[in-house]
Amino acid sequence: MKLAVKIMPRDVILDTQGRAVEVSMKSNGFVDLTECRIGKYVELTLRTADADQAKIIVEKMLKEGGLYNPLIEKYEIQACL
Amino acid sequence: MSLKIGITRFLGTNCDDDVKKWVQSISHHPEYLWFEDQFNIDDYDMVIIPGGFSHGDYLRCGALAAHTPVMKSVKEFANKGKPILGICNGFQILCEAGILPGVLLKNDSLKFKDEWTSLKVNQNKTIFLNKAQKNQIIRLPIAHGEGKYYAESSTLKKLADNEQIWLTYENNPNGAALNIAGITNENKNVCGLMPHPERALFDWMGGTDGMFFL
Repeated sequence: MKLAVKIMPRDVILDTQGRAVEVSMKSNGFVDLTECRIGKYVELTLRTADADQAKIIVEKMLKEGGLYNPLIEKYEIQACL
Repeated sequence: MSLKIGITRFLGTNCDDDVKKWVQSISHHPEYLWFEDQFNIDDYDMVIIPGGFSHGDYLRCGALAAHTPVMKSVKEFANKGKPILGICNGFQILCEAGILPGVLLKNDSLKFKDEWTSLKVNQNKTIFLNKAQKNQIIRLPIAHGEGKYYAESSTLKKLADNEQIWLTYENNPNGAALNIAGITNENKNVCGLMPHPERALFDWMGGTDGMFFL
């Protein structure tokens, strides 16, 4: 089965990429924009068909495999788009 | 005494040859350590993790390299108290591997910085800077897009209290917390820094302060 992980910079981290896009958008006249933050969206296809087991494997990749860094990022496991 | 120095090589490491030549220039014996292989920690006196763009800097800089077989041995090497020097991407890898605390983020300016910097030697108790004087100002080049050291305030306090901040920038080029250019682990056997000592060895390179490090 397929699961997705949304990884975002933690709120305390200055998101330089998001800030650069924000500045560009504002300078292009999108005055309604107040903030832009950019993260990653990761799709993971797993051998198992069991949703609970799939989630356990993904959690393990996040925490032991280095898929995210808890010091600077937060994540959310989701169904694929 | 001639030391046997292991130099790690990941996909995208690009300062490996410079470090090898540095090691040879002072009559030590270099040997490359391939990222897919573990090594016997008793076979080496020191490990250097050179700079580059390991594994394309994908995911986060140093993150993929940090989770390779060679780093399992490097961790073991660190826990035995043996000396490890991580330069630039090598520093990022040590942080991502959890061997050093904190992480390196994109420079505040969003620009890749390639320039000479003045650095203050905050402590010379590590094997890598014991030839320099405490508070001495040295000059080394930097070349990085992601060199802004970040750690939580409790970690920064601990680093300062334990004298783990061994190098600081005189003029902060990237927004690093406490002007940090390099830190050590608690035991001071593992040292990481963003500047490149291997690019400042001979007069024709523009400076020789890199020689303080080995």
